[in-house]
Amino acid sequence: MIKQLCRKMFRKSLWVYHANSGGCNGCDIEVLNVLTPYYDAERFGIKLVGSPRHADVMLCQGPAMRPTAAALRRAYEAMPEPKLVFAIGSCACGGGIWHDSYNVLGPVEKVIPVNYYIPGCPPRPEAILYGVALALGLVEKKMCPVTLQQRRLPIPRYHPESLVGTGIEIVYKDAEKV
Amino acid sequence: MSLLSKIRETVLCLKAGRVTLPYPAEPRPVPPRFRGRPIFDAAKCIGCAGCANNCPAREILVHDICQELRIIQYLGRRCTFCGRCADVCPEKAITMSHDFETATNAIADLSQRLELFMSTCQRCGRCFPEPSPLERLKLKGYRFDDVASERWVFHSKGYLDTESTVADIRIDLD
Repeated sequence: MIKQLCRKMFRKSLWVYHANSGGCNGCDIEVLNVLTPYYDAERFGIKLVGSPRHADVMLCQGPAMRPTAAALRRAYEAMPEPKLVFAIGSCACGGGIWHDSYNVLGPVEKVIPVNYYIPGCPPRPEAILYGVALALGLVEKKMCPVTLQQRRLPIPRYHPESLVGTGIEIVYKDAEKV
Repeated sequence: MSLLSKIRETVLCLKAGRVTLPYPAEPRPVPPRFRGRPIFDAAKCIGCAGCANNCPAREILVHDICQELRIIQYLGRRCTFCGRCADVCPEKAITMSHDFETATNAIADLSQRLELFMSTCQRCGRCFPEPSPLERLKLKGYRFDDVASERWVFHSKGYLDTESTVADIRIDLD
């Protein structure tokens, strides 16, 4: 539903605003890498703007921290509707490696609603470009939750009653897998 | 003069060729030692929870449902792809793949969940030796991470509260 809405709303160029709420600048460098001619995000009409009032998309880097959470919230509210929020990097997606520090609130979705997540520490420029292309509907999503189950016990279970014989030889009768 | 310089600039630009990568249309190879998303193999995993104890971001949860069933859940939200879980795994059940196209619109898409059978010791009938109070401080024994709300519980217990599911195994509570 969000994808269809995006296709409808963002048919024209996306202007992105780049908000760092306390990251280490690793993701900032990768985002600026995306804007270089080598990766050239302007093919998709993406342009970096300096003010959240001009922007359609907010690229969040860094966790939501106690000093910057209010500023992040204000920047989000200053953006005109409709708006998208990208969480770039593992700090913005899940709180980062210092998630249990005293002034880290956690992921940015604790402060503002997030539409797309790009994990990585930092994510490759291609990964950021892939996330943007995903939002624009150019590529398919590749991820889904995985559950792996061991259906059977890998080695025979021990049952004391299935031991036969005493003394020298002990035969383990039910050796098949449970 | 200005027209000439413009033409010269055009010729220079044409000579440079095209440098932009056709990335989302064509796949882009990664360096051979690139660490992407870790992939867990349930067939090889023995459930030692070494990855959970060594994860710097504490993104791997371990929950013992009963004596013989252990759930290992990798959440992947704040995973920094450091590869320590793959290094510490004694069975090489975790491999760091070259998969970097992990952008999603739902953060739960990144999770991987392993439901493992733990085989019991043939002498005591337990999966793990009963830990001493000192070992309990070092987070061994039964683990009760909160899988439902995806939280890592710091203090694990040395015994299982619940009834044993298998009748022939008796769990001694302290």
